[in-house]
Amino acid sequence: MPYHIVVCGSIVPDPLQTLEPVTSPTGPALKNELMLPAVLDPWAGHALFEAANLAKQHPGSKVWFVSMGPKAKLQQVMMTIAQKVPFELVAIDGPSSGFTEASEVAAALADAIQTIPGLDKAHLLVFGGWESASRGAGVTMQMVGERLGLVDQFQGVDKLTVRADGSLEILERIEGGKHQVSTCAGTPALLGWATGSLPEPPNNPQVGMLNMRTVMPALQKAKPVKLAGEGLAFASVSLPKQRRETRIVKDMAPDDIAREIVEWIKKD
Amino acid sequence: METILVLAHTEADGSLGKAALETLGAAKTLSASLAGSTLVVGLIGTEVQAAANQIAAAGAARLLGVAGAEFAQPRYSSDVLAVEALGKAAAATIVLAPATSRMNRVLAGATQRLGGRIDTHATGIAAADGKPAVTRWYYRQRMEAVLSRTQRPWVVALESGCSAAFAGAAGQASVELVSVALPAAHQRTTVTGIQAPSADEQTIRPDAKLLFVAGAGWTKKQADGQAHAAEAEQIILGFLGQTKSSLGSTKSLVDLSGEGQQVLKFMSHLNQVGQTGSTPRHAKGLATCCHGEEPHTVGWRFINERRAINLNAACSWAQGKADVLYVADAFAVMRKVNELLAAK
Repeated sequence: MPYHIVVCGSIVPDPLQTLEPVTSPTGPALKNELMLPAVLDPWAGHALFEAANLAKQHPGSKVWFVSMGPKAKLQQVMMTIAQKVPFELVAIDGPSSGFTEASEVAAALADAIQTIPGLDKAHLLVFGGWESASRGAGVTMQMVGERLGLVDQFQGVDKLTVRADGSLEILERIEGGKHQVSTCAGTPALLGWATGSLPEPPNNPQVGMLNMRTVMPALQKAKPVKLAGEGLAFASVSLPKQRRETRIVKDMAPDDIAREIVEWIKKD
Repeated sequence: METILVLAHTEADGSLGKAALETLGAAKTLSASLAGSTLVVGLIGTEVQAAANQIAAAGAARLLGVAGAEFAQPRYSSDVLAVEALGKAAAATIVLAPATSRMNRVLAGATQRLGGRIDTHATGIAAADGKPAVTRWYYRQRMEAVLSRTQRPWVVALESGCSAAFAGAAGQASVELVSVALPAAHQRTTVTGIQAPSADEQTIRPDAKLLFVAGAGWTKKQADGQAHAAEAEQIILGFLGQTKSSLGSTKSLVDLSGEGQQVLKFMSHLNQVGQTGSTPRHAKGLATCCHGEEPHTVGWRFINERRAINLNAACSWAQGKADVLYVADAFAVMRKVNELLAAK
C-alpha cells in the first residue's frame, strides 16, 4: 500500500555551539542567532529517515518534508539533508526559535500540510520528532494532528511495523526503559518519533541532485509567517549559574578511590 | 479567580502514582498562594473511586472522574476525549498534570481542543505578583526560563521529582462521574502490551538512587593497546546488578551501537542522557569515561551529588560540574568497586 508521508521538522542550532539568551524586541532570543550554524533537529531527522525507509518499502509512496525557519537557514540545512533521502520540501519562512509559541507553529504547519496538492488523507502518515532540541516541549505534533483531524497519535515512537492487512504496530517509549505496544487499524495516523532504529543514511549525490530541483523553488515560494506569541510573557531566561567546586583527585590509588566511592554510594 | 484542575490517571492497581501525588502537592501550594482560587481534581481510569479515596483529604472542591474499561489503556484517542471532558466539566483555567508518558502523549492535543495553551516539562509553578508563573528549560536543559500566560486554560505538565508529594490520609470521597462517549473512530487503536527487558536485563531504573553514566571511553583502546569491550560489559553489568543503579550513556557510545558496532550489547538509545537523550533525576551520579563539552553534560543537570572517573584532569564533563573528579583508570577502579560491593 502506498503512503503519503508528511514529516514535520525544525532546524536547531548545532548542539556543539555555545548558546546564550538575549532579550530582543520580540522576546527572548539567542545571541547571534542568525550566525549560529544550524542542523536538522535530531528527532526530526530520525522521523525523516524512518519515513524514507517506509516509502522505499512501499512503492508509490511519497515523502514531503515540512519545515519552518528563516529561508537562509533552511537552505543551509537542506544542502546537507537533501543528500540523505528523497523528499519534497514544503518550506515556511518564519522563526525557528525555541521561544516561539508552539500552538502558532502548529497552526502554520497544519496550514502548510493542508495545501499540499494531491495529498491523500486516507493514506496519510504524519511524522515528526516527539520533541525538539529547541523548545523541547513535545506538543507541536499533537496540535498539528488535532488540526488535521488525526485521533490516532503516538509519541516517543521507536518502531513502526506495517502488517499484511495494512494495520500498524507501533512501539512507543514509556517509563523505565520500556515500550508500549499498540496496533492501529491503519492510516491516517500521526507518529512523533524518538530515535527509531535506523542509522543516518550516507550522503547520496544523486538523491541530492533530485531533491534540489524541488528544494530551491520551495524555498523561493516559502510563505512568510509571523508568530505573535500572544499572551506569552517571559519574566526571565538565564543560563544556569551554578558552578561546582570540583575536588580533583589525582594521585590516589585505584583501590583507595574504589573504597571512597563505595562509602559514598552506601551513604544515605 | 483561577480554577485549578489537577489531572491524573490511575495506575494498574487503581491507585495514584508518585508523579500524580507530587502534582497534587504542587497544585495545593499554588492554590494556597492564589487568593480565591479553587482546587478541582479530575481522574481517569477503569475505576477511580479508590484513587479518589486516596486523596480525600486534599481539600479539592470537586472530584471529577472519567471511568470505564475503555479508559484503562493509555491511548491518545480515548484519553484526549477524557481530558477534554474533564477540562470542560471543571471549567478549568489552569490544568496541572504529571509529566507521565500517558499525559505527555495527550495533553497538547486536549489543549488544542480546549482552546488553551500548554507548557510541558515544567520544573516548577508558583505565584508571582498574584499570578502563576512556570519554570521550564529550553534548548535541552541549557537555559532556564520563567514565563506566564494570559490565555486560559493554561495546561502545565509538571516533571516528577520537583514537588513534595501530597501525603494526606485516605478517606471516603464523593466522585462526580463525567460521561464520555467513545465513537468508533476513536477505537481504531488498541494497546496490546508492554515490551520490557527482563528484570536482570533492565538497566533503566528511574527510581534508583544512583545514575551510572558510561562514556565511549569504555570501548576505546586501553593501556595495553587493545579494546576490552567484553570486560567493560562485565564490569558495568556487575556494578548495576549489585547497586541496582540506573544506567545512562553518552550519545557517542549509543551511536556506536546504532551503527552496527555492538560494543556494549545492553546499551541502546533509551539509555542516552544529555542533549538528545533524557535528563533523569537521581540523588547521586557517577560518570565514567565520559568526555565532552557543556552541551553533552546536561544529562546530569538534575543529579544532586556527582562524581566522575576520568583519565583527563581537565575534562570539561567534570570540571565545575562534578563534586569530585577521580583522575584514574575506570576499569581498575570499577573492578575494585565491584569486589568491595560483593564482599559486603
